[in-house]
Amino acid sequence: MKKVYVIGAGMTLFRRHLLENGKELSFMAAKMAMDSVDKGIKRSDIEHVVMGSAPDAFDGIHMKGDNLLDGAGGVNKPYVRVFNGGGTGVFGPIAGWWHVASGVSDVCMVVNEEKMGNCYPHPQTAFQHIWDPIIDRPLHPNLVWLFAMEMNRYMTTYGIKKEHIAAVSVKNKRNAVGHPCAQLPDEKITVEDVLNSEIMAWPVQRLDISPPSDGAAAIIFCSEDVIQKYTDERIRIAGVGWNIDSQFWTNRDLAFPRYVANASKMCYQKAGIDVNTPAKDVDFAEPYDPFSYKELHHAEGMLLFDKGKAPLAAHEGVTQRDGDLPLCPSGGLLGVGNPIAATMGQKVCELYWQLAGKAGKRQVPNDPQVGVGQAWGDIMQMATVLAMRRD
Amino acid sequence: MGKKVVVLGVGHTDFNAITPDMGWRDFMYEACNKAYVDAGVNPRKDVDSFITCAEDFYEGFSIFDEFVPDQVGALLKPCCTVCADGIYGLGTGYMQIKTGYMDIVSIEAHSKVSDLLTYGEILNFGMDPVFERPVVGSAERPNYKEGPVWPKGSHDYMVGKSDEKERVHPYFLAGMEMRHYLKKTGTTEEQCAKVVVKNKKNAFYNPYADYELKLTVEDVMKSDPVFTPMKYYDVAPNVDGAICFILGTEEKAKELGIDPIYLDGFGWSSETPWFSNRGFDAKYASMSSKMAYKMAGIKDPAKEIDILEVDDKYSYKELQHLEAIGYTENAAKMLDEDKLCNVNVSGGALGVGNCLEATGLQKSLEIVTQLRGHAGKRQLKDLNVGLAQSWRGVPSGSGAVAIFRRG
Repeated sequence: MKKVYVIGAGMTLFRRHLLENGKELSFMAAKMAMDSVDKGIKRSDIEHVVMGSAPDAFDGIHMKGDNLLDGAGGVNKPYVRVFNGGGTGVFGPIAGWWHVASGVSDVCMVVNEEKMGNCYPHPQTAFQHIWDPIIDRPLHPNLVWLFAMEMNRYMTTYGIKKEHIAAVSVKNKRNAVGHPCAQLPDEKITVEDVLNSEIMAWPVQRLDISPPSDGAAAIIFCSEDVIQKYTDERIRIAGVGWNIDSQFWTNRDLAFPRYVANASKMCYQKAGIDVNTPAKDVDFAEPYDPFSYKELHHAEGMLLFDKGKAPLAAHEGVTQRDGDLPLCPSGGLLGVGNPIAATMGQKVCELYWQLAGKAGKRQVPNDPQVGVGQAWGDIMQMATVLAMRRD
Repeated sequence: MGKKVVVLGVGHTDFNAITPDMGWRDFMYEACNKAYVDAGVNPRKDVDSFITCAEDFYEGFSIFDEFVPDQVGALLKPCCTVCADGIYGLGTGYMQIKTGYMDIVSIEAHSKVSDLLTYGEILNFGMDPVFERPVVGSAERPNYKEGPVWPKGSHDYMVGKSDEKERVHPYFLAGMEMRHYLKKTGTTEEQCAKVVVKNKKNAFYNPYADYELKLTVEDVMKSDPVFTPMKYYDVAPNVDGAICFILGTEEKAKELGIDPIYLDGFGWSSETPWFSNRGFDAKYASMSSKMAYKMAGIKDPAKEIDILEVDDKYSYKELQHLEAIGYTENAAKMLDEDKLCNVNVSGGALGVGNCLEATGLQKSLEIVTQLRGHAGKRQLKDLNVGLAQSWRGVPSGSGAVAIFRRG
């Protein structure tokens, strides 16, 4: 197996982009990533291109991967799109990683793009078609409804207080202040604001949810053989993991995400992180936070906290940027925005920026060495995890 | 490049034009189950990773990946979807094994195209919504209502029905490309018809093929013009079915006592998505074959490759692809000299049917079956190296190649 290093990353502004289409967003992110390479890179140096993008239904384009390929710089190159719902945010880079780690490619660029604003009147309509047509669809479910159920289960099982979960929204929206791509940063938000916001489906309130968004992110990987051509820093993909649970969500334990634990164990074992006490080895983490409770739920799944203990830690400030175990120092999806696959910007590119000391105002103190990013997708059944380490 | 990747097992369902008795779950289960039995592995214990090749709009879901794990045995295991043809899946499995993370990988692709009432309309959605989709007409433009652009007669089962009779079926792109190909190479329509006759005849010896037919060149030439110069029989009809491949390391093959068929190389490539700017010369096939030849160490494809399955979604495509992958400079001449009897022995898409994203795996399945010597009446002799090639179909400019070698 070849060692895989990160040499550049880029990310567009996250919000509703009325003027740019998906191809253009992909182009912007890819160009930013290429321009960010220390010693420069040419388009001809990039051997393979991987696209990550979630449902075709957002754009109403069949074979959306093929449609986006010229924006992502994939014309006349080996180009492939991978997809597993929200998990694509970290799965795109995992696919880029295996292109390089297998020795098939020396330089591989991953572009993750999402344009939810095309979906009229709201991207939620695209999610009408993710349900089992016979068992689920007659109930007319939607995602907020589904996650409200999971949140309720999580709170009931462990006796969690809503204000402890609300602390996550406050932290992430404050962390996003100073992020150049952020959609909903708010330095004055308080726990009361979250608890007083509109109820969507109890216990989910408006400020517990990340906003739909348009955007793209890109990251460039290269192998150990050619890295000296591009940069002197050594930020390595230490390990990856992915795992899926049953489609029948009614039959699963909603209080603890087993699939996240499996994916994390796979990643930790390869990354040299102790599976029994990963919190000691990991300096900061980017768990997927489309809903406030998900950050905590996922952090427990990633074995960083004991079951049911993450909310108290969030309340006590352990997960703040200057705390013992910073979670979502980027501002996460709650603060920066949630263009499904393009959240690679917060979950993977952020690891690179933090470890390379390029995170600016968002920089985690005390010189972090190891970061872990995670995403989650399909009908809350897919986990993708990636660990990065500074060599 | 380290350890080699071996085909441990294959499994497939029967291929049928309509399958009201089966759902896509049943298909996937049957194909995967047969492949696991063929390889002698237990998916819950032995298989490390699962890959499905699927496109959302073909499946009718927003996130098809959700529906994969239960019936392929992937619960609480690494499992993912690659939005492309089956050979992309084989390549992905190859890379996962080469990273050292995985020892055994399962790759599945299927078609349940008979569920699609408006197949042509789905293909229209593959075009750029602003610049390209309007060329097929739209319901808002009344003058289109007068144009008789849908094929005469009832060929609905072949290309899908359309609620909007005023729109053009996107297969017209292939008609344009065929015209370009005939003009550029001097190939005649009769020579393309010969491909149809050959492949439909080959399908008689393939028990899972669904469109075997005894035809003459005149029959093809006299069939209804559908997308001129393509006639009715020049177009591969759609078919349902599923295929599963199990890839693994050489050590695993030894443990399981399997005579290895090596996946020696693969390649894929994409041309520009704008069909208005594309060369119409199947450049994707030449680029992807170059990548595969390099990986497999093949210098002279014409001499080294013994059997080929190339994409023949339309009759001319077989000839065009054979030229694009560098197998010959004049495929039509070889056909006239009866030298293409090692091409699409399974019957190809014209004989088996067009199984959408499973096309690449159907091609690979035939190569592996032949290299193993399990092909029954259609078995060719003295085979060592085989090539499978696929194209993602109208309106895409992406394709892939896989090369297999007998150990």
